[in-house]
Amino acid sequence: MRFALSQEQRMLQDSLARTLAEASSLERVRRFAGDPKDKGADIWQAMAEFGLAGIVVPEAFGGLGLGLLEAALASEALGAAVAPVAFMGVVLAPIALMRGGSEAQRAEWLPKLASGEVMAAAAISEPIAGPRDGAGVTAADGKLNGKALFVPGGLAAGLIVAADRTGGLHLVRGDAAGLTRTLMPGIDETRRLAELSFIDTPAEPLVSNEALGALRDAAWVILAADTLGASQVMLDKAVAYAKERRQFGRVIGSFQAVKHLCAEMAAELEPARALVWYAAYAFDHAPDEASLMAAHAKAHLSEISRFIARTSTEVHGGIGMTDLLGLHYWFKRIGMNRQLLGGPEKVREMAARAQGLIPA
Amino acid sequence: MDLTLTPEMAAFRDEVRAFLEAHADDYAGGAPKDAKAWQKRLIDNGYAARTIPREYGGYGAEPDILKSRIIAEEFMRAEAPRGLAGQGVSMLVPTLLEVGSEEQKWQWIGPTLRGEVVWCQGYSEPGAGSDLASLQTKAVEDGDDFLISGSKIWTSTAQLADMIFCLVRTEPEAAKHEGISYILFSMKTPGIEVRPLTTMTGQAEFNEVFFTDVRVPKANVVGGRGRGWFVANTTLKHERGMLGDPNATEARLNSLIELMKAETVGAERIIDNPIFRDRLMQLQARVFSMKFNGLRLLTAAQAGENSGLAGLVVKLQGCELNHQIAALAIDALGELGILYHDGPHLRAKGGWQRNYMFDLGLIIGGGTAQIQKNIIAERGLGLPREPSPAKG
Repeated sequence: MRFALSQEQRMLQDSLARTLAEASSLERVRRFAGDPKDKGADIWQAMAEFGLAGIVVPEAFGGLGLGLLEAALASEALGAAVAPVAFMGVVLAPIALMRGGSEAQRAEWLPKLASGEVMAAAAISEPIAGPRDGAGVTAADGKLNGKALFVPGGLAAGLIVAADRTGGLHLVRGDAAGLTRTLMPGIDETRRLAELSFIDTPAEPLVSNEALGALRDAAWVILAADTLGASQVMLDKAVAYAKERRQFGRVIGSFQAVKHLCAEMAAELEPARALVWYAAYAFDHAPDEASLMAAHAKAHLSEISRFIARTSTEVHGGIGMTDLLGLHYWFKRIGMNRQLLGGPEKVREMAARAQGLIPA
Repeated sequence: MDLTLTPEMAAFRDEVRAFLEAHADDYAGGAPKDAKAWQKRLIDNGYAARTIPREYGGYGAEPDILKSRIIAEEFMRAEAPRGLAGQGVSMLVPTLLEVGSEEQKWQWIGPTLRGEVVWCQGYSEPGAGSDLASLQTKAVEDGDDFLISGSKIWTSTAQLADMIFCLVRTEPEAAKHEGISYILFSMKTPGIEVRPLTTMTGQAEFNEVFFTDVRVPKANVVGGRGRGWFVANTTLKHERGMLGDPNATEARLNSLIELMKAETVGAERIIDNPIFRDRLMQLQARVFSMKFNGLRLLTAAQAGENSGLAGLVVKLQGCELNHQIAALAIDALGELGILYHDGPHLRAKGGWQRNYMFDLGLIIGGGTAQIQKNIIAERGLGLPREPSPAKG
């Protein structure tokens, strides 16, 4: 029994962090955030070269063939760097194809996903978080109709995995007829959300309808891991600032009022790391627990990170509020991860359901 | 990450299970029918005093953290009582093993393990709580003895104890941390008065202990004269591990889940109330976090690595979580939650209320939550200490 990251896993995370420091510096993130025409192509290119595009694609299809734990570690690094990378589709599309796709569908798409030639997005908000404002997709005769909201990476994706109202999954090509994509401007400008509209849009169903649950679990773990990375940076920045900022002739970190805020953030965050690891591990190795642990990871990280995001900002004082410092990119990243694919209250209902405390 | 057990460990788990099944008649309701006989049986089979050398009365196994954990889990699963876990076994014995003289080990470890000698801890004083090193109980030299005078507080089991391990000031001229000695003496020695200290639970879980010229041989000092502060820190390390045990927290959460499934208000089960259910789920996520964090600490300990922040936060988070679990149980019971002491409507013998109150004491004791935050911030995050007022 060993509950720790392996040498390889740590190296993967460290080298991705180094790649991101160069390809997705805060300055680069600012440019992306400020310019809707900036598609972040250079960042995507760097990620594809790293191998990130194929992180969970089996080696037989040209990917790295890694598990959800490695994907979560990558997501943590992306969150730490507030990187403008549509990672959700990178993880979910291959899982959808492996768990629910046909041989032909896998052979067609997985190599292109692995190389980064095609970027994928998953339009699964409605069956998971519930349909809002008339959204929802119906499928009949190989065509989709309706709207899907809150699709990360949906503006640029060359392949969309779309869920219909009954939970069935469909593959939609980026250039399909009757597909319209509109930006949904949100708080987090490091990852853009799309509203997708389908009017008699040709789509190919996946052969199994079982995959949606797996996509939900994987998505929740990926979001929890992104939040973990972003929260760790907010804590680190608060601690660094508290060691350097002087008032009343002392560094503010020597005041217990400030020091205890930092301790509280660390005390909340550090055990949550183990929960994220376990939830990711369970997805691949303990399927009976996967849904419960994914739900707990998503909801719990959402709760503690709200505390960390505001507390870190407070430790910084007024400068924490400014665009000059840029702490708000992490603050907003955490805020979006909290709501996306279900806020904590919604997700906890799923945790109760997953263990039979309420009827499925 | 590999959470599977090797064949050797799986076999060990089966062995523990078989033992507990074979002796299921020796315990009931989580308590042994004959405590001393049960303790002896556990030691003989390596399920208590496992790594303590045979010559001192232990089982003499090589330390194996995973096996220890398997034992803990199997005993929890079978609701079987663990071995004695008083302050003598949990705190004094590890300290003696680390810094005691050969004679002290021979004299005390075996009888303590067998439950023949019960210990209490004399650390805190009315004027020395969080600032423990400012303690004033004095030990004045008189030939080969010390004469000890002063008082201690929060001394649980003092009224039952045969012996005390105590911090006293032997060198009044030395610096605060350097004038303290760790000393052992009998609670039957003349000059000792024990006064029960009743807490908000209605029970006297603690005592005050007063010493007036208590004569103790100098040879009873453990770890060297003036070294008591360092010896005590060895012991506190063991106590903090004991106070944040995630297995105990998980067991308590499971009792709460059972309670919420079984209790009804009108026709509604408590678990069917979405507000209580949501609170339960919030706590369950925290329990799992502490459980997996515990696995992480276990792996680090096996590899001989420092666990850093992951270990430093356990006392603070674990004690708070236990308190919150009890709080939810009381809330979920509604008006039934107010009942205490006795009566036909009382649930769990008032245990949830008792835990809710007693656990507040655990948040304060063993290093208050605020002291824990200082430790996390200073040792874990590298933030500077509060400047000493003396230096201005």
